[in-house]
Amino acid sequence: MLEERRVRANDREYNEKFQYASNCIMTSKYNIITFLPVNLFEQFQEVANTYFLFLLILQLIPQISSLSWFTTIVPLALVLTITAVKDATDDYFRHKSDNQVNNRQSQVLIRGLLQNEKWMNVRVGDIIKLENNQFVAADLLLLSSSEPHGLCYIETAELDGETNMKVRQSVSVTSELGDQNNLSSFNGEVVCEPPNNKLDRFCGTLYWRDKKYTLTNQNMLLRGCVLRNTEACYGLVIFAGPDTKLMQNSGRTKFKRTSIDRLMNTLVLWIFGFLVCMGVILAIGNAVWEREVGSLFQSYLPWDPPVDNFLFNAFLSFWSYVIILNTVVPISLYVSVEVIRLGHSYFINWDQHMFCSQCNTAAEARTTTLNEELGQVEYIFSDKTGTLTQNIMSFNKCSINGQTFGHFLFFLKKHYKRKFNSIKRLDFTPFNPLADLDFCFYDDTLLESVKVGDLHTQEFFRLLSLCHTVMSEEKSEGELVYKAQSPDEGALVTAARNFGFVFRSRTPGTISTTEMGRPATYTLLAILDFNNIRKRMSVIVRNAEGRIRLYCKGADTVLLERLHPCNQELTNITSDHLNEYAADGLRTLALAYRDLTEDEWEAWSESHRCADKATDCREDRLAAAYEQIEQDMMLLGATAIEDKLQEGVPETIAVLSLANIKIWVLTGDKQETAVNIGYSCKMLTDDMTEVFIISGHTVQSVRQELRSAYFTGNGLREGDGTGGRAKQLPCPPPPPPPPPPPPSNLMDNISGEFALIINGHSLAHALEADMETEFLSTACACKAVICCRVTPLQKAQVVELIKKHKKAVTLAIGDGANDVSMIKSAHIGVGISGQEGIQAVLASDYSFSQFRFLQRLLLVHGRWSYLRMCRFLCYFFYKNFAFTMVHFWFGFFCGFSAQTVYDQYFITLYNIVYTSLPVLAMGIFDQDVPDHRSLEYPKLYEPGQLNLLFNKKEFFICIAQGIYTSVVLFFVPYAVLSDASQSNGVPLADYQTFAVTTATALVIVVSVQIALDTGFWTVINHVCVWGSLGSYFTIMFALHSQSLFRIFPNQFHFVGSAQSTLLQPVVWLTIALATAICIVPVLAFRFLKLDLKPQLSDTLVRQKKRKPVGRSVGGAWRGTGSVSEGRLGARGGSRRSGYAFAHQEGFGELITSGKNMRLSSMALASFASRHSSGWIDTLCLQAHTECVLCFSGDILRNGEDVDCSKTHYELGFNGE
Amino acid sequence: MMASSYNAKEEDGHHSGAPAHGGAAAAAAKSKKPDNTAFKQQRLPAWQPILTAGTVLPAFFVIGLIFIPIGIGLFVTSNNIREFEIDYTGVDVDSPCYSCARNFSWNNTAPCLCSVDFTLEQPFESNVFMYYGLSNFYQNHRRYVKSRDDSQLYGDRSALTNPSKECEPYRMSDGQAIAPCGAIANSLFNDTLELYHIDSNGTRNTIPLVKKGIAWWTDKHVKFRNPGGNNNLTAAFRGTSKPVNWRKPVYDLDPSDPDNNGFINEDFIVWMRTAALPTFRKLYRIIQKKAVTTPTLPSGRYVLNISYNYPVLSFDGRKRMILSTISWMGGKNPFLGIAYITVGSICFFLGVVLLIIHHKYDTRNNSADIPN
Repeated sequence: MLEERRVRANDREYNEKFQYASNCIMTSKYNIITFLPVNLFEQFQEVANTYFLFLLILQLIPQISSLSWFTTIVPLALVLTITAVKDATDDYFRHKSDNQVNNRQSQVLIRGLLQNEKWMNVRVGDIIKLENNQFVAADLLLLSSSEPHGLCYIETAELDGETNMKVRQSVSVTSELGDQNNLSSFNGEVVCEPPNNKLDRFCGTLYWRDKKYTLTNQNMLLRGCVLRNTEACYGLVIFAGPDTKLMQNSGRTKFKRTSIDRLMNTLVLWIFGFLVCMGVILAIGNAVWEREVGSLFQSYLPWDPPVDNFLFNAFLSFWSYVIILNTVVPISLYVSVEVIRLGHSYFINWDQHMFCSQCNTAAEARTTTLNEELGQVEYIFSDKTGTLTQNIMSFNKCSINGQTFGHFLFFLKKHYKRKFNSIKRLDFTPFNPLADLDFCFYDDTLLESVKVGDLHTQEFFRLLSLCHTVMSEEKSEGELVYKAQSPDEGALVTAARNFGFVFRSRTPGTISTTEMGRPATYTLLAILDFNNIRKRMSVIVRNAEGRIRLYCKGADTVLLERLHPCNQELTNITSDHLNEYAADGLRTLALAYRDLTEDEWEAWSESHRCADKATDCREDRLAAAYEQIEQDMMLLGATAIEDKLQEGVPETIAVLSLANIKIWVLTGDKQETAVNIGYSCKMLTDDMTEVFIISGHTVQSVRQELRSAYFTGNGLREGDGTGGRAKQLPCPPPPPPPPPPPPSNLMDNISGEFALIINGHSLAHALEADMETEFLSTACACKAVICCRVTPLQKAQVVELIKKHKKAVTLAIGDGANDVSMIKSAHIGVGISGQEGIQAVLASDYSFSQFRFLQRLLLVHGRWSYLRMCRFLCYFFYKNFAFTMVHFWFGFFCGFSAQTVYDQYFITLYNIVYTSLPVLAMGIFDQDVPDHRSLEYPKLYEPGQLNLLFNKKEFFICIAQGIYTSVVLFFVPYAVLSDASQSNGVPLADYQTFAVTTATALVIVVSVQIALDTGFWTVINHVCVWGSLGSYFTIMFALHSQSLFRIFPNQFHFVGSAQSTLLQPVVWLTIALATAICIVPVLAFRFLKLDLKPQLSDTLVRQKKRKPVGRSVGGAWRGTGSVSEGRLGARGGSRRSGYAFAHQEGFGELITSGKNMRLSSMALASFASRHSSGWIDTLCLQAHTECVLCFSGDILRNGEDVDCSKTHYELGFNGE
Repeated sequence: MMASSYNAKEEDGHHSGAPAHGGAAAAAAKSKKPDNTAFKQQRLPAWQPILTAGTVLPAFFVIGLIFIPIGIGLFVTSNNIREFEIDYTGVDVDSPCYSCARNFSWNNTAPCLCSVDFTLEQPFESNVFMYYGLSNFYQNHRRYVKSRDDSQLYGDRSALTNPSKECEPYRMSDGQAIAPCGAIANSLFNDTLELYHIDSNGTRNTIPLVKKGIAWWTDKHVKFRNPGGNNNLTAAFRGTSKPVNWRKPVYDLDPSDPDNNGFINEDFIVWMRTAALPTFRKLYRIIQKKAVTTPTLPSGRYVLNISYNYPVLSFDGRKRMILSTISWMGGKNPFLGIAYITVGSICFFLGVVLLIIHHKYDTRNNSADIPN
């Protein structure tokens, strides 16, 4: 038997049996007592920390200890403390927010009385009362509400990020309960599924008075939602606290690592291996030495009593060397990397160029661990709606009776500057007091045409004002707010409003308008609703004179077929216009009407009623009925709506693709819409050799289409390496061998001329295991890939596919809840913040409010981050090898006894004081080319994608350089000092002088090296470099001072060494010599590299030096602008019109039934109070509707039950 | 994550749109626009050094031009220094100290004496420094280096009678603390060297050897102190034991000079400053220049008298006596001069090579078109 949950209303005793979680939530991890142990335990789960702890323990064994314990404990304690403080702060805020939430008040019905209770005291089975605009305290079963039919409206922004309202309805029996008295005696029992994290699904049964009622998600109010437009409602707590769907969904996000991280971990492992090797070599040396020399030397240096043979000695010396050589991977590496990334994140947060003043949102780096990966992105997966487009529709052009009006401003602005300036925005106010002031139109001939009373024009706008499902609210006279289901409709109705055909209000049976200043009322006879198959909608109205007319608007493809033959000529002209509009990337609709006689209407009405009442195949019958009347229509014209792109989208895409980043659009939209947007944002161009469309419904057809696309792609190329292989494939035996994906550089050659458009249902097949590679190789050969009609899951699958097979860094960008899966599965997730809800942003790693900021994020911040991180790592490994390997060489001269070369304080401080800041400053502030250059020359991005700046080869070069430096640093002082003496005759070859000389030489050499590596010397860099050098000398003199020695004679035995050593000219000559020997080859090598094989960035920096280049050199992407201009003439042929309604089916029914009339008034009241600035805002809000629809539609195709895909407005519910 | 940010939201957060009506002033005040500072916008003024031919090539020549003269100077200076070295270990059968070296035993109370003759071909002008050198002696071994107690040597009374654990196994002897404790002190070099000049008459003239001023100033005056001052060292060291290998207690190291006894004995201090390498030399004595006209050590025959107390043969060690004069840059050091000349020349040469390469490929570089 499946697990289930039983809840009985108003019966705490009964429910307590099951020990359901209370409504108290706890997201914090620690309390005051557990903090230290738990936090330390967590921290020591990090391998690095444990490793250092292990070293610390080793150092406590006197026979092994080659370093004092503090050389390890100081950095370790530092790291642990910093992390602990950070964790504690985080947890403190979590405590605070937990407390705040837990102490919220809610009204609980206890023994028939409403009592105020804190949220945390609410129990499963309680009935609580919610009021308007309150947060839902727990997952509730809606029992009754103040609204008719037990309806209530919620906003689910916190839950799934969608800010549109959703309708919930109680089961009819409980909605009749009404008041508190009835509710307190309600003792129904709910049996339902156990807690889970599926937001869109609930299944349960209510048992009450010996009857069963099926419960679905439609009856549930989930925690985190907000009640809207509903005075009050009552709900039964089903899931509380941690069991709520909200909390169930708040699982920890997967920890993302960058490729540099992974590389770094590999390298650290290698270094450990190297460390062990060195330890072994030195231990063997120790064994030999102890046997050959040490055993004989015992009269002066006896072996420790417990160590009586050379083998044991060697074993101990191995561990001693592990301790002193561990600095090749110092603990400060990890801390420094974090600090640098944090710095980069702050720069992202602070960037003014990524601040959107309209929505007052700055870019935000929500994760601080991924910055350098931003410089390596190869694939971008983008959502469309809200990401590429603003989801604002504007009525741009129209064709009325064969005449076209309006200008497409976007186009004009780009290409005909002068003409653009001469065009003025139409001012409607003198003509029409009801006009919407935010409406823009740029052709006064249309207004003239309306004014002179052109019949066609008037009929055109009349249609627009009547044929829709928009709701209106008139707060005060003339202040109209439209609430449209899709932004397209809103735009059309608003256009009609401004041209004098104002839709005022509707009732279930009438539509009131103001036509050219005169009020008019139409009787609404029927709404022939929209759906995806019909691609059109119609209304049948009776006007004041009693004439019946059908108005229809729809996709030109379907509508033009249903015209009366006499329209042929007009159809041709309009068709041309439609082509023209489509070429501009506008969304088109054709409009038509048909006059009906009373008899026709009666007849049809009868058949319609029949169909409506049919129980089986109702849908089909209705469709047939609609089909029947939508015939022989008269064409009125066509509209063109601009789906407004986000600002700068085509430019951004052009720049990014010049940076060799491939952009895939994954959208829930229809193919036509997606393709349209593809063209308008320059992803698709008419220059493309071919645009493959994969829309097969079966495995076979998809495979066929993919393969033919692949062969077309390859066959067109001559001398293509894969061509030969491809030729063998056309008749493959099942199962066909998938063509191996060509190597990536070949792909680069191939791409550029093809585009692939694939439908969701085809994608499902293409993503199957055996077709994956085929799909991938085809898709990767294309310059642009658009996947339409994809589900959120498929979005993630596509991302995973690329991640798995291409080993490339992927970035997903989106704004809605449906993008969350893809954002989470990509290496980097970017959320568009500002307009939509917060779900995508919450799941994302970076968020900002405009798509165009992506170019800055990647090309500027990402590039810099990558560059800096690589330079940092190179230098860091170098400096530690130079530092540590000196011990290795010294081992050969000190009997492999693990004697350190340096003072132990130097070893302690080297990584955390003497050399930390300069490299941090470089890692945070370095720049090679200024930000605008990296935007002008997107090619600069390439090194990151190809992983050129830090890879295994670079690592070995750094290591080799470090080892070389260590050789110089040891052997130069060795050669000089062994026979040298001070000017007073005292030999210089004593241990302390040698230590000070080597250490000073080391600090100076690595400082010179960082000076060479630093490409961008800000004040901070100067301070850090000079400060570090200064601090070295200051601290050394302090540690070698007499006063410290007098206090702790046993700790500071280097007393006087600093003065004594550094006063000797020989020492300085030695240091200078060592520095020269270390640096000169590096200098020569770098110079040669720069001179013979300059990188683009080097050239740019140099060029800047030579002559400050004017802007005239030209941004790289500007080139594409001219290309697109060039193609204008040629593109007329490609017609991409589509019925672009992102429209919800079934709204017509809702209107005619009148059920939502109250919704509209309430909703609009609330909207109006919150957003008074006009319909644009309303449309902004509406933007989410489309999103919901894609989302739900997708799920529907997956066979899941979705709340809004079927509107359960009838009182009886379809049982599950 | 989702939950936490949900929680953090104020309950009335949804009405936050309302203040937007409040007017532009309020909105402007709440603007989250990042500050337009050079730091935050990464526009800090900066110096961008570039490795161009104009900077790198001159640098090479400059380094070359600086290093070569310095190297020549160093080389000349080093060559002007007189240095004489003689190995007296007694490895060979015919060497004078062979028998002393062979017959050594720690139990010998009487020193074994031997003398080595040598000839200085050239006179040594100015002050001459006399060193003893040891080879294959691992003063830099980790266990050796740490085997000392600086507190004890600093005159700390408690450390005197209770030395640090680091001194093991030379910490206690017969129940008494060893002073000075540890392996370094225990292995104090205790050969005595005396130098005689044999003049033309064949008479042996003792060359006066100054035994003070051979240690670091800080060692002598800061690091090493006798417990309870320098008076009555016998009493101060009562209750301690001499190191195992020593023949005399620490307060009796220099019978001739009471101020050179105890921990501040300069020979002891010099020994306690451990060497960095297994072959090392330590300053033993200074031969002061007496008159302006005569060289400190005229050329001619000399005799080195050794009281051979220090066994090194067991571990294949060597003992040397070195006489050397000193210049501003210390003792003889041919390596430094040669290294400077070599590095300087290489830089110069590199400069020329790079210049040629640069000129050869200059065309490619100067075009400076940016591929795009």
